[in-house]
Amino acid sequence: MIRVTLPPHLRKLAHVEGEVLLNVPGPVTQRSVLDALEESYPMLRGTIRDHVTQKRRAFVRFFACAEDLSHESPDSPLPDAVVNGNEPYMIVGAIAGG
Amino acid sequence: MAGVRVLVGTRKGAFILTSDAKREHWNISGPQFTGWEIYHFKGSPVDPNRLYASQSSGWFGQIIQRSDDGGKTWHQPGTPPGEPTKTPEGMPKGESNKFVYDTSPETGKPLTTHQWYDGTPHPWEFKRVWHLEPSLTDPDTVYAGIEDAALFRSTDGGKTWQELSGLRGHGSGPHWQPGAGGMCLHTILLDPSNQKRIFTAISAAGAFRTDDGGKTWQPINRGLHSLYIPNPTAEVGHCVHRIAMNRARPNVLFMQKHWDVMRSDNAGDSWQEISGDLPTDFGFVIDVHAHEPETVYVVPIKSDAEHFPLDGKLRVYRSRTGGNEWEPLTKGLPQNDCYVNVLRDAMAVDSLDKCGVYFGTTGGQVYASADAGDSWTPIVRDLPAVVSVEVQTLP
Repeated sequence: MIRVTLPPHLRKLAHVEGEVLLNVPGPVTQRSVLDALEESYPMLRGTIRDHVTQKRRAFVRFFACAEDLSHESPDSPLPDAVVNGNEPYMIVGAIAGG
Repeated sequence: MAGVRVLVGTRKGAFILTSDAKREHWNISGPQFTGWEIYHFKGSPVDPNRLYASQSSGWFGQIIQRSDDGGKTWHQPGTPPGEPTKTPEGMPKGESNKFVYDTSPETGKPLTTHQWYDGTPHPWEFKRVWHLEPSLTDPDTVYAGIEDAALFRSTDGGKTWQELSGLRGHGSGPHWQPGAGGMCLHTILLDPSNQKRIFTAISAAGAFRTDDGGKTWQPINRGLHSLYIPNPTAEVGHCVHRIAMNRARPNVLFMQKHWDVMRSDNAGDSWQEISGDLPTDFGFVIDVHAHEPETVYVVPIKSDAEHFPLDGKLRVYRSRTGGNEWEPLTKGLPQNDCYVNVLRDAMAVDSLDKCGVYFGTTGGQVYASADAGDSWTPIVRDLPAVVSVEVQTLP
């Protein structure tokens, strides 16, 4: 299972506490994880990626294994530690302003 | 027993304030949607338990919330969690926060740009829903005014939204420019006497009217005079802040423009200034007494550079003559050191007798008057900045 952490605003919207566990079929990439997340929690559609372009929203960042993956290709494989569930895939609201 | 339900949208959540018809003692519930901006929050005139709320965030975008029990519980009217997001035929199910501009060849209006602040072309980008206006006849039909300015409609209780693209497709669309708060469609008035007539207002394009249910639109800005645009009497480009009507007399409209308070007696075909003896005619809100169509309320703000009341005195001004002659209403309102603003959607009236008037401030106060403005009491003092105030008069 893939572990995903959501920022507090989105946890509240999805009515979840703590991490989300996802079964991701096929290659585990950022795109496939986000597709699986939105399939399980359709209320999150449009809050992380634009509905139409599927681009990451400007103030949302993606991290895993202490690496910023926000600018990586959405179709690149995620690290093994995420695939085998040792590390979470983190969706983070960027800190902006003071 | 009759009562009122005041719906308050703030920068950090929604609150519901309820009282009986005396409007002396209030119950405050909330916050709902904590941490999110609630730009607008309004109930259906047909079914008072049906509420719609616009929930948004600079980080996570737009959410539409719906309540079918007067605000006790809420849900996003799209696909419930755990259900497939596609139909057996592979079509996507409703996505209640999906607002996609109409660029279809059928409408023939693939508008791609409007003007940016500096006059250069800028692509239309959906940012948020500023205003939700439920239909006067059907609880499942609701209109949404959005930024960048366009009008959308849902006929399935907010599950899906379609643009009424004739408005943006009006020939002037590529010339619209944003106001300081963004290019927002913030006012939607439905004519109770004519289901095909809708009025909208956009900052900073101006006011528009349709007489055919939203297919075609015409600008209704004749008589407006705006010194801050190259042609002060241009057909479009005016920064209209708010329009209000009394439902019993829908051809008479009152407008708070950036500067100037205006009136139209012919459904917007022409306007005349009614600022009269106001101490300053800049402001955002305007509303009309529920039973006296010549009684109008505004909250004058010092200027477009200084968004607070003149001299630190929070005063509602009332005209009982349809404009020009105004009286300050101060009883119960702070008359020194008050530097809050009252935003464009943050005033409402109930339909009790006497008419109740309500407004919210950026300082987090919601003031109520149960005597048509003669005296005021804060219902709450310390909410987050208030963005919108609506009121439902309950049977």
